[in-house]
Amino acid sequence: MRPFEYVSPNTRSQAISLLGASRGNAEILAGGTDLLTLMKDDVVAPKRLINIKGINDLHGVSSNAQGFHIGALTTLGDLADDATVRQNYPALAEALAEAASPQIRNLATLGGNLCQRPRCWYFRNGFGLLPKNETGKELVAEGENRYHAILGNEGPAKFVSPSTLVPILVAYGAKIRLEGPKGKRELPLEKFFVIPKNEGEREHDLRPNEIVTEVVIPPASDVRAAHYEIRQKEIFDWPLAVAGVALKMRGSNVQSARIVMGYVAPVPWPSPEAEQALVGQPINKDTAQRAAEAALTNAKPLSHNAYKVQLARVALRRAILKAASGGVS
Amino acid sequence: MPDYAWPDAQHRTLIGTRVSRVDSPVKVAGQAKYTYDVHRPGMLYGKVLRCPYAHAKVVSIDTSAAEKMPGVKAVHIVQGPGTTIHWAGDEVVAVAAVDEPTAEDAIRLIKVEYQQLQHLVSDTEPPKGGVQEEGPLSMDAIDDMLDNQVPAGQMVSEIHQYGIGEKPDEARLNDFKESGASDAVLDALRKAAIHPEAASKLPSSYQKAAAQTAGDPEKAFAEADVVSEGLYGVPVITHCCLESHGSISEWTDPDHLFTHISTQNVSGIPGQMAEPLKIPATNIRVHQDHIGGGFGSKFSPDRWGIFTAEISKKAGGKPVRIMLERDAELEVAGARPSAYARVKVGARKDGTLVAWQSNSWGTGGPGGGGMPPIPYVFSIPNQRQEHIAIRNNIGPARAWRAPNHPQAAVLTMCALDDLAAKLNMDPVEFFGKNLTLTKPRENTYREELAIASELMDWKQKWHPRRQIASGDLARGVGLSFHTWGGRGHASDCDLTIHPDGSVDIKLGTQDLGTGTRTCILIVASETLGIPMDAIQLQIGDTTYPPSGGSGGSTTIGGVSSSTRRAATDARDALFAKVAPALNTQPDQLECVSGKVSVKGDSSRSLSWKEACSKLGVMPLTVRGKNPDKSKPPDLTNSGVGGVQMAEVEVDTDTGVVKVKKMVAVQDCGLVIDLKTAESQCYGAMIMGISYSLYEEKVMDPSTGRMLNADMGFYRLAGLSDIPELVVHMMTGKGYDERGVIGLGEPPVISPGAAISNAVANAIGVRVPFLPLTPDRVLAALEQKAGA
Repeated sequence: MRPFEYVSPNTRSQAISLLGASRGNAEILAGGTDLLTLMKDDVVAPKRLINIKGINDLHGVSSNAQGFHIGALTTLGDLADDATVRQNYPALAEALAEAASPQIRNLATLGGNLCQRPRCWYFRNGFGLLPKNETGKELVAEGENRYHAILGNEGPAKFVSPSTLVPILVAYGAKIRLEGPKGKRELPLEKFFVIPKNEGEREHDLRPNEIVTEVVIPPASDVRAAHYEIRQKEIFDWPLAVAGVALKMRGSNVQSARIVMGYVAPVPWPSPEAEQALVGQPINKDTAQRAAEAALTNAKPLSHNAYKVQLARVALRRAILKAASGGVS
Repeated sequence: MPDYAWPDAQHRTLIGTRVSRVDSPVKVAGQAKYTYDVHRPGMLYGKVLRCPYAHAKVVSIDTSAAEKMPGVKAVHIVQGPGTTIHWAGDEVVAVAAVDEPTAEDAIRLIKVEYQQLQHLVSDTEPPKGGVQEEGPLSMDAIDDMLDNQVPAGQMVSEIHQYGIGEKPDEARLNDFKESGASDAVLDALRKAAIHPEAASKLPSSYQKAAAQTAGDPEKAFAEADVVSEGLYGVPVITHCCLESHGSISEWTDPDHLFTHISTQNVSGIPGQMAEPLKIPATNIRVHQDHIGGGFGSKFSPDRWGIFTAEISKKAGGKPVRIMLERDAELEVAGARPSAYARVKVGARKDGTLVAWQSNSWGTGGPGGGGMPPIPYVFSIPNQRQEHIAIRNNIGPARAWRAPNHPQAAVLTMCALDDLAAKLNMDPVEFFGKNLTLTKPRENTYREELAIASELMDWKQKWHPRRQIASGDLARGVGLSFHTWGGRGHASDCDLTIHPDGSVDIKLGTQDLGTGTRTCILIVASETLGIPMDAIQLQIGDTTYPPSGGSGGSTTIGGVSSSTRRAATDARDALFAKVAPALNTQPDQLECVSGKVSVKGDSSRSLSWKEACSKLGVMPLTVRGKNPDKSKPPDLTNSGVGGVQMAEVEVDTDTGVVKVKKMVAVQDCGLVIDLKTAESQCYGAMIMGISYSLYEEKVMDPSTGRMLNADMGFYRLAGLSDIPELVVHMMTGKGYDERGVIGLGEPPVISPGAAISNAVANAIGVRVPFLPLTPDRVLAALEQKAGA
């Protein structure tokens, strides 16, 4: 392993000042379930590793009128067991229970889950996030793209956003809070993810000297939500499609809807088309199907992943129906 | 003449019962030492620089920076400038250092310049017109074959068959010898026919490898009432041993090597290391306690096993450990050849099979590979086969549990199942009708088919292929047949009875996790009439008598026979010493329940301990051997049959397949331990579910690299992907008296075909290729909807 410096700050400001202003020199270590693998595989080689687990106020959860606050260092395991999550955000609880394996959930943090790097096998084999060969040919477009993006893939980024939790968090209207040398900022969670256009750019709107501090989910007592994943193996497998749906009903019709797809694009993919298709409608097989079709109208599959259009559609339709029936599929 | 024969059912107390593995406690407690767990004092860690290109020439290597690095103890060039590399991940330079990070960092300091060459990593259908008739072999081709470790037998037969393009001079022959050519290969080259005129054309990646015809297929197809045509296939998969390949080698003095190696072939390793290391095999000691998977990929010390020893020598004899990283394990340490075929089969209206035609292709990497034995199990009277071998740069193939048979089962049983569907016949009826073509296993298959049908509840579950509505969860069942040899290999066993009554057994065999230890102890305990835990068993070391490699399901027949003979002879020798004390003749004695007694008069007996004290001061050691014609009967046999059935559920919206139940009905002659035999079948079905639904070596066409050389994207079945598994072992009359036959390979052959047939039954259309992934299932459904 390449030598690196290891530091363990106890406060946010220490962590921020240790990060430095340029990308790639320092990496933040939280659960380490992704970063350490990337380092062992020599995909990333930070000169400084900043262990933030000693920063006490990044741990734990709390509730107030704004909603439910989740510290960035809260583990997925603790979050899955949290009574508030189970009671008020059952679709998130389900997504948490399906994430990775129990061993990983016990270490992995929510902040790390949002900042994990794509699972693209070209990236993981060291060919870069926007992999090209010597002649400039895009390796993904020309190669084995069965698990790659079907939306938002017009540029060189063809990977899919890897978090299985983000679609339902975005559907619930979650916000992410960041802190840097110039203070704090808050973004709707979906805005945290960006599509890189040049090699070396990151897929997150996280400046080199910023850290993720917390995620806030607004109250959802009037929301019917559902998370749905399609994967080949029963457990511990990367999904082929993910859907997160949150509906507000007026009577038996949809008043408003948040519909988000995962594993279809380099970023989580909210679908205003599907949302519009549902508003004012009752939920049934036909309306769910129409919304799902609307969401995938603009899909542009690559050479080997046309099947993912169907899978994304099915995941959405099932998630919509599941949300309407109170989260039961 | 001592009575070596296996005791009959009335006289067996342990053989054929369910005995728990003797090594379970240490394995469950984490105390079992695998090669990977061996850490020798002062041990150095080796790492390997691997070629990043699938096909390249090494131009230059600069190791100077690595050699100067503190902590680096030895640098060893494995393939120097001028060498052609035929697959990505092949070894170029190895380094030994005081710890792993230092070795890794040293590897990064080595500069290698490559000249990239054109590569092929695809095994899709060969282009029409691009296929080369097999022609005379060039000297480069011979070089490549040696490089790629093509077995000597195959090389000799190809040299005989095709001749060579130019006559090699003695210097060239010497080079070949240095590269590992056996005397048989050199001899074949000296005597080979020379065809210089044909030698000038460039070798194609596509070589016609087999073409054969039996009977009159044209006429038979013309007269057939129903003909079914289809495309079927199985991709390249890896062995994915959970304990990777590798060894820890040290020189105990300048002439003696001690190596811990993860191997299926303890006794066979020194002979393979002696020549490259230029020391006698007697100077090499090999040891292994437990192995974490081999599946056919661990018979040789491998190039890395040799250079581990060489680096140790360079480092002054210190122990050096090189265990493959997970990515290397999947990239270079073995793969199962692919096989695809366009198959045409014909039958009469009543289901009688009359004709087979197959045009198959596949790759075993740079060596090409041969045709699977198709049609499999069923000897269809009129048949024609053509096979094209693809030589490409995906890495070398190795024997994978039941080499070529799982592929043959898919190509055959799926084609026949489609024919049954076209005839609108229940496959149980269709295959049952054609069992006359499976001689000599006809009766076995017939009995097994009936039992399997019962255990699967086939009659209730099978339905004709039908239209399904989108969104349905569709259920279906499928079946397959398989066969294997499994005669016991050569095995020597030393059994010693000590005057204090203790007993030890030594064999240079290995327990692949199959229960070999347990079975040896069962046989010895049964023969000597003392408990299994009263016997000390030592295996896994070349200081013990040689026993064959564990491949081809040969171990159980070998070790149980040699142990039986050793125990019988030792027992009889003990009887000779004890008889005077009991005032009887040796042949009047028996040993049962820890006593040596006069037959029929248990009042005249000695405890085992008392009996052994009659040996005097010297222990009694005898050697049992298999085979041993001087000591009949033959205790092992060859030839088994098995039937498997699978039930699946397919989500027709997503294409996700779940196996809901599997049934394996299997014979293997006399079962020594019913529990470990059943476990073999459970394990095989789990492995079968993995290769049916998930496994595939995914190669990137542009870079020539394997993309899923990790456990995240090289998927294996997890606990929740494994359904109800039912095993029924055929025992009793007609089976027990055949003797002991191996079981490692047979039950892993049928799952692919059975699961594919179940999916076809569920969704009404064939998914041509394994693994049965959502994209393939959806494509088949779409094609059906469009048809």
